[in-house]
Amino acid sequence: MADATSTVQHGEGGKRRDFLELVTWSTVAVGTAAMVWPLIHQMNPSADVLALASTEVDLSKIPEGSAIKVMWRGKPVFVRHRTAQEIAEAEAVPLAELRDPEPDSARVKKPEWLIMVGVCTHLGCIPLGTAPGEPKGEYGGWFCPCHGSHYDTSGRIRKGPAPTNLPIPPYTFLSDTLVRIG
Amino acid sequence: MASDAEPLVLKSPALRWIEYRLPLISFGYRHLVAYQTPRNLNYWWNFGSLAGICLMLQIVTGVVLAMHYTPHVAHAFDSVEHIMRDVNWGWLLRYAHANGASMFFIVVYIHIFRGLYYGSYKAPRELLWMLGVVILFLMMATAFMGYVLPWGQMSFWAATVITNLFSAVPLFGDAIVTWLWGGFSVDNPTLQRFFSLHYLLPFVIVGVVFLHLVALHTHGSNNPVGIDLTKKDKIPFHPYYTVKDLFGLAVFMIVFAALVFFAPNLLGHPDNYIPANPLVTPPHIVPEWYFLPFYAILRAITFDIFWIIPAKLGGVIAMFASIGVLFFLPWLDTSKVRSARYRPVYKIFFWLLVLDCFILGYVGANPPEGFLVTLGQIATLWYFVHFLVILPILGKLERPRPVPESLSTPVLGRGMAPAPAE
Repeated sequence: MADATSTVQHGEGGKRRDFLELVTWSTVAVGTAAMVWPLIHQMNPSADVLALASTEVDLSKIPEGSAIKVMWRGKPVFVRHRTAQEIAEAEAVPLAELRDPEPDSARVKKPEWLIMVGVCTHLGCIPLGTAPGEPKGEYGGWFCPCHGSHYDTSGRIRKGPAPTNLPIPPYTFLSDTLVRIG
Repeated sequence: MASDAEPLVLKSPALRWIEYRLPLISFGYRHLVAYQTPRNLNYWWNFGSLAGICLMLQIVTGVVLAMHYTPHVAHAFDSVEHIMRDVNWGWLLRYAHANGASMFFIVVYIHIFRGLYYGSYKAPRELLWMLGVVILFLMMATAFMGYVLPWGQMSFWAATVITNLFSAVPLFGDAIVTWLWGGFSVDNPTLQRFFSLHYLLPFVIVGVVFLHLVALHTHGSNNPVGIDLTKKDKIPFHPYYTVKDLFGLAVFMIVFAALVFFAPNLLGHPDNYIPANPLVTPPHIVPEWYFLPFYAILRAITFDIFWIIPAKLGGVIAMFASIGVLFFLPWLDTSKVRSARYRPVYKIFFWLLVLDCFILGYVGANPPEGFLVTLGQIATLWYFVHFLVILPILGKLERPRPVPESLSTPVLGRGMAPAPAE
């Protein structure tokens, strides 16, 4: 009798006990994941950090040919008011010469305003060239003092160990003189 | 009945390589799988492993809370609110930690009273018991300092009242209190050292728990019958007690989750959501529920003792003595019989002690007025009489019921049928 029953259960592809075991361990796995997730997710940015994730910059105070640094998400953002000559230089570079080929037009929304995250893509130092008097490197843009990376007037890597161009943060022009980064 | 676990055979060469150099696997196997456990343990024996799990939960939630908390008088309260509102799942982590402390004490108190009922403190388990008392004391210090960290009104005034206990020490009292505070009142230095120690002490507890377990596994668990068991009355820890402990854990988690999700502030005080104010004391100060009986003992001494110990010092001594007396319990209880099952008179006194502790808790929760003062004094007196007078005498006078030789040979003549052949 007992044998007959177990044969039937085998015929259906697995015993009741196997099913119960599967359900139990699945529930344990889901429950454990649900318990562990808060312990992991608590280290992600909290609501107050996310609330500070955008910064507004008044462009009217930046004369042509100069640049400023603003803090955005704890990192410096370079905002450079480029001269016509700097724009022309950046646009004239053949893409074949670049380590990380990108036309200048893809890196700006308005050619006179170059806005990028000022963190060297090599190991995270802040390149020089924003404040007056700082070395701008061989290409008239930025120079990273840590390991000698040179960036051009479009913030593209031209020489040195850094692998990629300085990244462009998301930004929108709220008006001609006001930009929101983030 | 008795069955040995399979001997450990490591098939993997990698595991054998490790085992030959660092015998961790056989250590775990010996203590968590093959470990010989009495076959008659009831559910009161679940609370030891539950206490260990509570300690782990407190450490895990506490470590992550410390990532967001700021131990500074200007930021502590706000950083706790920041945890509650801004940190991802912060509300859950904090409520789990705060209510986890309460659950830890519930579990440990049941664990202690189980030891009292079944005589688990008697030879050869005296040091096992005394290490447990050390753990209780460290837990109380840790819980008290943790309660100060949110820097609400109850935090601040609890810190003030408890640290002022030490001002009762003759001659050096004020110097000790100034030293504890790092100033002339509870202030930022106090908060910072409490945070440091609140982080340290749980790991000290882990160390003492390890010694507690070494002592436990030397002579094995006591059991409800309270006799030394032979091998045939023991079964391997795994799977019998791993499964039973897991079932107990599931029940515990239901209660814990209900508290955290449906009544997270049930055991707290609303006043602690008011930022600490050194200029205003809340009208009614009470400690957390798990300290209430001790608080009642502290307040019971309203008179000078022997004309030389002032009431204030007397209260402090009585409070510390109420824990200290537990250290001497293995020698205060003179009865050779462990389990209360075979001690009809002790059983009555055991339940009177339980009742006494609840009365002390009730007295501690209410303002010391009128009848409650007297009730608290009677209950305090009874607490010490139980340990210092009744237990030593009872062991000599009480005639215990016949104790069985082994689990399979129950004492005949008490209306019990002989055990069926196994």
